[in-house]
Amino acid sequence: MAFRVQREDFDLGAELAALRAGRDDIGALVSFTGLVRDPDGTLRGFELEHYPGMTEKALAAIESEALARWPLQAILIIHRHGPLASGEQIMMVATASAHRAAAFEAAEFLMDYLKSRAPFWKKETTAAGASWVDAREEDEGALARWSRG
Amino acid sequence: MTLDVLYFAWLRERVGLPSESVETEAATVAELVDELRLREPRYAAAFADMAAVRVAVDQELRDLGAPLAGAREVAFFPPMTGG
Repeated sequence: MAFRVQREDFDLGAELAALRAGRDDIGALVSFTGLVRDPDGTLRGFELEHYPGMTEKALAAIESEALARWPLQAILIIHRHGPLASGEQIMMVATASAHRAAAFEAAEFLMDYLKSRAPFWKKETTAAGASWVDAREEDEGALARWSRG
Repeated sequence: MTLDVLYFAWLRERVGLPSESVETEAATVAELVDELRLREPRYAAAFADMAAVRVAVDQELRDLGAPLAGAREVAFFPPMTGG
């Protein structure tokens, strides 16, 4: 299983290079990186809490499901937790396949599931105080298109 | 039976602790919630709106009607906001 849950930052370029090192069967490599936004310049703190144990189980299940649905040569998921500053990387997914369609679709699938099925919670602090980020209804709706039968 | 009960995010803040050991005969998650609510106002506050609460039994997402027989760990948390 290729996922990591960590406090430290990651080097996107180095991760992608490592993922495809020594392989010539990969024709398409898609990556997504989630970042801490602060469009109004009001963010004073950002924290990601998670559920150790369940997080790893959920990531393993999501990864297995993607591997079962698409012909992928590799998947990498890295998700951070703990305090983060605006502009910092929160997480990444990368998918590698022979052709781009599978890699794009699998990356979207992974993101849709990570959003609302991996036990992470975001807390933002601004001048107005601290608040837990609400889940968005459209995130739940995004899962519906992947449901089978 | 003895259950490890875990709280995350604002549920942890309202209850005032991240986890605790609970002695209970509750048959379902819903019965456990009812027992906890009766303990102290902070539990009643945490469980005031169950539509905003998600549940995991032994680290698998479940609904309020899920049975607790054989369970070791129950967690309560708001809808997840990963990614």
